[in-house]
Amino acid sequence: MSKFLTHFLFTYYIEYMAYTEEELKKELETKEYEYGFYTDIESDTFPVGLNEEIVIAISKKKEEPEWMTQWRLEAFRIWESMEEPTWANVHYEKPDFQKISYYSAPKSADPNKTLDDVDPDLLEMYRKLGISVDEQKKLQNVAVDIVVDSVSVATTFKKTLAEKGIIFMPISEAIKEHPELVKKYIGSVVPQKDNFYAALNSAVFTDGSFCYIPKGVRCPMELSTYFRINQAGTGQFERTLLIADEDSYVSYLEGCTAPSRDENQLHAAVVELIALDGAEIKYSTVQNWFPGNSEGKGGVFNFVTKRAICEKNAKVSWTQVETGSAVTWKYPSCILKGDNSIGEFYSIAVTNNYQQADTGTKMIHLGKNTKSTIISKGISAGKSQNSYRGLVQINSRADGARNFSQCDSLLMGNECGAHTFPYIEAKNKTAMIEHEATTSKIGEDQIFYCNQRGIDTEKAIALIVNGFSKEVLNKLPMEFAVEAQKLLEISLEGSVG
Amino acid sequence: MAFENNVDVEHPVHDVRMAAIKNFEEKGFPSKKEEAWKYTSLNSLQKIDFSIFPKEQNALEYKDVKRYFIHEIDTYKIVFVDGIYSSYLSETTHDGVDICLMSAALTKPMYKQIIDVYFNKIASKDESLTTLNTAFSREGAYIYIPKNKMPKKPIEILHFSTGNEASLLLQPRNLIVVEENAEVQIIERHQSLTSNDTLTNAVTEIFAAKSAIVDFYKIQNDAATASLIDNTYVDQKDKSVVNVHTFSFGGKLTRNNLNFYQNGEYIDSTMNGVTILGEKQHVDHYTLVHHMQPNCESHQDYKGIYSDSSTGVFNGKIIVDKIAQKTNAFQKNNNILISDKASINSKPQLEIFADDVKCSHGCTIGQLDEDALFYLQSRGIPKKEARALLMYAFANNVLSTVRIPELKARINKLIAKKLGVNLGFDL
Repeated sequence: MSKFLTHFLFTYYIEYMAYTEEELKKELETKEYEYGFYTDIESDTFPVGLNEEIVIAISKKKEEPEWMTQWRLEAFRIWESMEEPTWANVHYEKPDFQKISYYSAPKSADPNKTLDDVDPDLLEMYRKLGISVDEQKKLQNVAVDIVVDSVSVATTFKKTLAEKGIIFMPISEAIKEHPELVKKYIGSVVPQKDNFYAALNSAVFTDGSFCYIPKGVRCPMELSTYFRINQAGTGQFERTLLIADEDSYVSYLEGCTAPSRDENQLHAAVVELIALDGAEIKYSTVQNWFPGNSEGKGGVFNFVTKRAICEKNAKVSWTQVETGSAVTWKYPSCILKGDNSIGEFYSIAVTNNYQQADTGTKMIHLGKNTKSTIISKGISAGKSQNSYRGLVQINSRADGARNFSQCDSLLMGNECGAHTFPYIEAKNKTAMIEHEATTSKIGEDQIFYCNQRGIDTEKAIALIVNGFSKEVLNKLPMEFAVEAQKLLEISLEGSVG
Repeated sequence: MAFENNVDVEHPVHDVRMAAIKNFEEKGFPSKKEEAWKYTSLNSLQKIDFSIFPKEQNALEYKDVKRYFIHEIDTYKIVFVDGIYSSYLSETTHDGVDICLMSAALTKPMYKQIIDVYFNKIASKDESLTTLNTAFSREGAYIYIPKNKMPKKPIEILHFSTGNEASLLLQPRNLIVVEENAEVQIIERHQSLTSNDTLTNAVTEIFAAKSAIVDFYKIQNDAATASLIDNTYVDQKDKSVVNVHTFSFGGKLTRNNLNFYQNGEYIDSTMNGVTILGEKQHVDHYTLVHHMQPNCESHQDYKGIYSDSSTGVFNGKIIVDKIAQKTNAFQKNNNILISDKASINSKPQLEIFADDVKCSHGCTIGQLDEDALFYLQSRGIPKKEARALLMYAFANNVLSTVRIPELKARINKLIAKKLGVNLGFDL
């Protein structure tokens, strides 16, 4: 190649890079939340504020039995005595819990309705989001329990599941129809007094999903719930309770998108998984709540408590793709109580603009020969802060416990931060623990290599990020993997500086 | 107040001390509720009524304490007995370099300039135990190496406690200033000679100017009733190299707060440690490396072997500031648990605000490889020796970076003793 040509190409490359950096950064900054629209549905909303009356009123509204009301009140009293935690590496204006309305239900909701009766406005909203209930019913073989604000409006595939003896319904119905199961397990993994937000959730949760897989049953389809926050100024307090009886299997999907809002919205969910002897639960989440605009205004506060308990030979696998929310505070955990139980945690957390994420997992090894794997990929861009916080605890009786953890962080731009706070506690001499963490940026040579081969910078970044997160993406069920990949691209478009 | 009777109120650093005392009174001893002390409790120490100022001077014969020195080589020695300088055991110098006492440096006018610039400048002014030391410390080593100088031999700093007091609280305070292009090697050791309780709350400030080289070795092989809280603060300028080695084999409770502040470019900071514990010993390594300028490196390598009911803690924090691009920060913590009651808590932390960096940390907890053990046994090496050999190998990475051969040999002996074996050769 002639000297001239080499020189030309080199200059071109430099200019090209410079162009991308600035242009893409600009593009990214102005990129508004894709799903930021707001559907006007008449809502039945409670007055703002929280006191015992409100808790009782929620319970009444849900037509709950007395024991549930008492359980909620107990939680409320605990919550009152607690303080908001401040240890997480996130900074935000504390929500005023007396300025939130704790109940809101779309008026058109009626549990007995079929899909055809659903408010056309709602259906339109799902269409915009790309969630076609009928289509999913037919094509994807997914039973969808759609939650808008706080009440389930459409439940499909109930019949197919019922044939197998699987119970899949909104938790409010389950409290009425299967009180013995709910009573036995609710709060057994995440007790009311567990933490501030769990206590709040226990007091005021309005809906969520309940799932029970009977002994030896393999759930024939992916169970999925789409959560939406729609009503301005309403916090959403989901409660999910999933029980997999002995030797059963279930894969559960949870995905969220939320419309654009100026004020911060609070989301404090509690998810409890119970995997009895030999059961396996795969719980996947794609979280894409509104992250706030490019100035860091608005956005959802996502304070979630997720925990699983594994009995003998049971396995729980958490997979999460976190791209949304202004502030995330989330640690899906496994208590490996039974011998030979397995806990897994696969996570991709992407933060951009002013997003803050403090996420990770806890693996508590109590039983013998318990195993846990943690793969966490953090990607921070813009002015965001991304933290991994995890605990691996091997207790003195957990002979032969094994853990492998890997947390990698990718930094894009020099105004973001990536942090790791792993806690490793071993009290047993047979424990084998490996922990690894790396932080780096996308190599210029990697991008250059792609450019050389005719792949533009934007695509190259997507390619590299995909490669970086592949280990986790692979763990997602098929239909989610595609969506997640798309999400990653949207959240990171042009964020390399 | 006893303090006022025992110190000179007219002293130039009196104000610094008063501020420090005020801070300590506000904060008190750290409790387990504080994140930095999550895994180490000082409760058992606070129950003991320590005397702060020894009543009388105690003399020691060299032959009684010879084994605590690296006596195979000639060294400068700064020796303290119950916190009081022992001129009989020491060997100081003012020949080109200053290797002498803090008390002298704080009072004599010729040192005033340096004291004004460096004393209590990098040590934390709000960490309670550091301020406790600032308030009460009376004595310590003062080492000043001027530009382009290197002392002819290594420097040993030894603290003996004789046990003539029922329980003694020692608060030594060292100041080490190494000017541009100078070099120094320092070995520090705390030794209790009886089974009376002692608590040492030491603070060392190290200033490494441009291109300076500092090697600091801490030998912690104290009696089972001795506790040590060691606070070391290191300030580094451009192209300086500071290595701190910590060998923790003894003591009841040891807490090492090791803080590195990189105030320049192209700095290299190394923190290495070997910890071998038994019985009910507790060691907590709490390291901080703050990368404040671009193009610097830091390396941490801590190995721990824990048996009986011992507990080990490793808390390593790396902070990379936004402007500290091209930082390479590596941290490694490997642990072997030998008994059922031993436990290890490890918390490697990365806080990174710059994008063009390479940072990693690795932590492992495991056992000796059964296959390797079998291999050695099948070649006629008894199990105990085979295990010791593997543990040597495990710690060898760190040992190989010790630059004083006699010191290395001494540490090897200490390890062999701790493991209860004689391999008949040095590694």
